[in-house]
Amino acid sequence: MAVVEVRITLKKGVADPEGKNTLKALELLGFEGVREVRSVKVFEIETDGETEETERSVEEMCRKLLANPVIHNYTIRIK
Amino acid sequence: MKVSNARVCVLRIEGTNCEEESYLSFKRLGAKPEKVHLKQLTRTDVTSDEKRSLADYQILVLPGGFSSGDYVRAGAIFAARMKSRLSRDLVEFVRAGKPVLGICNGFQILVETGLLPAMSGIMTEVPEAVLSTNDSARFECRPTLLKKVNRGSCAFTTKIPSDKISAIPSAHAEGKLTFPVDRAKRVVKELADNDQLVFKYVDPEGDIAGYPWCPNGSTENIAGICNREGNVFGLMPHPERVFFRYTHPDWTRNPDGAGDGRAVFESVLDYVSKKL
Repeated sequence: MAVVEVRITLKKGVADPEGKNTLKALELLGFEGVREVRSVKVFEIETDGETEETERSVEEMCRKLLANPVIHNYTIRIK
Repeated sequence: MKVSNARVCVLRIEGTNCEEESYLSFKRLGAKPEKVHLKQLTRTDVTSDEKRSLADYQILVLPGGFSSGDYVRAGAIFAARMKSRLSRDLVEFVRAGKPVLGICNGFQILVETGLLPAMSGIMTEVPEAVLSTNDSARFECRPTLLKKVNRGSCAFTTKIPSDKISAIPSAHAEGKLTFPVDRAKRVVKELADNDQLVFKYVDPEGDIAGYPWCPNGSTENIAGICNREGNVFGLMPHPERVFFRYTHPDWTRNPDGAGDGRAVFESVLDYVSKKL
C-alpha cells in the first residue's frame, strides 16, 4: 500500500479570491506582516500499488478529475 | 419534428436543483420533458423499467445546483461520471445536432466535460476553460442583466431581440469564465469569430460594466457561450427562474408580457421543430 499526496495549486497569474479574502481577514484580526495567502488543495490517496505504476495512475487521476489544466498545477508525492 | 413530440431529458444527480423549473419550462411550452437520473442513462442500480437511453431524447438539459456537493471543483464529479459511461452517447447526441443546455452548475459541467467551448471537435479530452471562483469569493445571488452578443449561431437565443436587455437571475460562487492566462485574449477572439459568445453581463444601459453588474469577474463579462454549431449552450444565470413575468423583482411595475427567460426555451423548441 502507498499513500500518495496530490497537491493542487493555482497557476501563476490566476486569481485566488479565497487566498486574498483570507489575507484580508487575517489583517482585520490584527496579524501583521502577512504578505500573501495562497489557497492550495491537497488530496491524500491510498492505493494498493507501489512506485512507478502508482505514480502513472495518480497522474491520470489529476488529468481526468483532480486538476483543471486551465488554472491548476499539481504535484504528486508518494509518502 | 413537432414540439409536442420533442422529448427533453432533464438530467440530475444528487445536489441538482431547479430541475423542476427546467422541466416545467418545457412542459408549459408543449414539449415532453422528463426528469432523469444519471443512473438511468448509465443503467446502474436501476430496475429495467427505469432504464433510459439518451438517444431517445431530442434535448438534453443539465440544470443548476451543487452536484456532488461541488467537491473537487464545481461540476467536476458530474462531468467525470458522465464521461466515464456516456462519452460516446454524448458525442453522438451533439453530432446529430440535438440541443444541449447547461444552466449554472450545468454550464460548469459542460465545461468540465469538454463539450464547451469545444473549439476543436465536439468534446475535448481535457477542459479548455473553467468556471472559477467569483472575484468576490462569495456566493452572488441576485438579478443580473444580460445582452445577447450572438449573431445567430446559438439555437437557444434566436427569439431574443439583439437590443433586448434580459433580466435573468444569477446564483453562484464559481461563475468566472476563465481561459488559460497566456492565451485568453486569443481564445476570446476565436470564440467571437466563431460566433460562440452568447450573453454578456451589462449595466441597465446595455454597456459592459464591472462589479456588481458583472457578478463574478468573468473574462470580458461573458455570461454564456455555445459550441461552434450553436447546439450546445451554457450560461451561469437561470432563465428557468424567470419564465413568468411575476417572478421578476419589478413585476408590479412591469406586469405585462412573459418572463425574460421564456425566450430561451421558445428558441430551442423552434430549433427542434425546424431542424430535427
